[in-house]
Amino acid sequence: MKKIQTPLTDEVIESLRAGDQVLLTGIVYTARDAAHKRFMEALDRGEELPIPIKGQVIYYVGPAPAKPGMPIGSAGPTTSGRMDPYAPRLIELGLKGMIGKGPRKEPVIEAMKKYKAVYFTAVGGAGAIIARSIKSSKVVAYEDLGPEAVRELYVEDLPLIVSIDAWGGDLHKEGPSKYRRE
Amino acid sequence: MREIEFQEIVEKVAHLCMEANYRIGEDVLEALRKAREKEESPVGRYILDIIIKNNEIANKENMPICQDTGFAVFFVDVGEDVRVKGGSLRDAIFEGVRKGYREGYLRKSIVDDPVFDRKNTRDNTPPVIHWRIVPGDRIHIVFAPKGGGSENMSEVRMLTPAQGIEGVKNFVLERVERSGGNPCPPIVVGVGIGGTFEYAAILAKRAVLRPIGSKNPDPRYAEVEEELLERINKLGIGPMGLGGTVTALAVHIETFPCHIASLPCAVNIQCHAARHKEITI
Repeated sequence: MKKIQTPLTDEVIESLRAGDQVLLTGIVYTARDAAHKRFMEALDRGEELPIPIKGQVIYYVGPAPAKPGMPIGSAGPTTSGRMDPYAPRLIELGLKGMIGKGPRKEPVIEAMKKYKAVYFTAVGGAGAIIARSIKSSKVVAYEDLGPEAVRELYVEDLPLIVSIDAWGGDLHKEGPSKYRRE
Repeated sequence: MREIEFQEIVEKVAHLCMEANYRIGEDVLEALRKAREKEESPVGRYILDIIIKNNEIANKENMPICQDTGFAVFFVDVGEDVRVKGGSLRDAIFEGVRKGYREGYLRKSIVDDPVFDRKNTRDNTPPVIHWRIVPGDRIHIVFAPKGGGSENMSEVRMLTPAQGIEGVKNFVLERVERSGGNPCPPIVVGVGIGGTFEYAAILAKRAVLRPIGSKNPDPRYAEVEEELLERINKLGIGPMGLGGTVTALAVHIETFPCHIASLPCAVNIQCHAARHKEITI
């Protein structure tokens, strides 16, 4: 099991291969459908994004509310494919990692190869166990979006699987073809 | 005519919302443990270990199994000889959802308008309620929170009678294969055959709620359930779609008579967090 830290360097990214199990520590930002839409609108207007993007990792999640005394509620990944139309533009701006679930489309994978980025799968529906790795959480943008607001999380040993690497290795394709019978 | 207090229903529905989201059924847990034994992929086994552990943590700490605590879907059977005192049953269920999602720290995932506004209603209402009037003086409520990821992979198709059971099988397999890892496999596949366009979908949703391990009472459909489960698990999709020998935990088929010209077929995909709880009042 590899331990890695954010912000991600090209050296770390180049060492990762699809299928690696990793534990991620450091700051990650949350954003899903509605926040990505606003990111694009901001960029179209020539504005800065509300979060730093270079070297950073975005986690596609809309967490459940935190109980008193807890930093966050259950916080498993949402389906990444819905962010595919937005991801290449963010990768071009320096985004280095994405955390979600499910496959990515070709333009995302191409951008990942070109600009060196990696895609991690978190275990979907494992919201309670993932919440244990999240040590702090604060809303940093778009508070009005409720569960879709952009949060800055500090995570410790978040369990992830590298499912698409910066070399084009894609476990979403290679895994199923390996175990397909008939 | 039996009477039930409005507030009693509110409390019970609120409790149901929390329980269903915190505690997975023993049948699902057992199926996941068996899947862990059967899975050949090391990544798949690692994922199943996390899923099983997650269910244990959620149960122990009263936390939602998944942050997507779903659209609040209800199947309500109302006895002809029972009425609600102090308000309507509909309003009591709405209020129960508000209370359960607020006090249970469950995520509010509903937007008020599907296309233009998409503003969060902030209390997870409205629920979707499927009503049936039945004999007796009881109210039976099934609550099944439905996550967006797996619901998005569901589909209704109007087959022709000539396509028959092969048409059904091909549709189910195609739908599951095309879904890949998106609906958080291992999944439960609910198949509704017959009825009308909308009724097939309701049958498929009811099929998802059947206990894992149960069979369709008609041996012909039970055989198709078994065959489809085997063929789905040979697709190689595996846990979270990263490859493996366990893609589905169960295939359940429910049927209904249909029109001479039709063969409606619906596939409702359910993620491994196959949550539902019921109560009779």
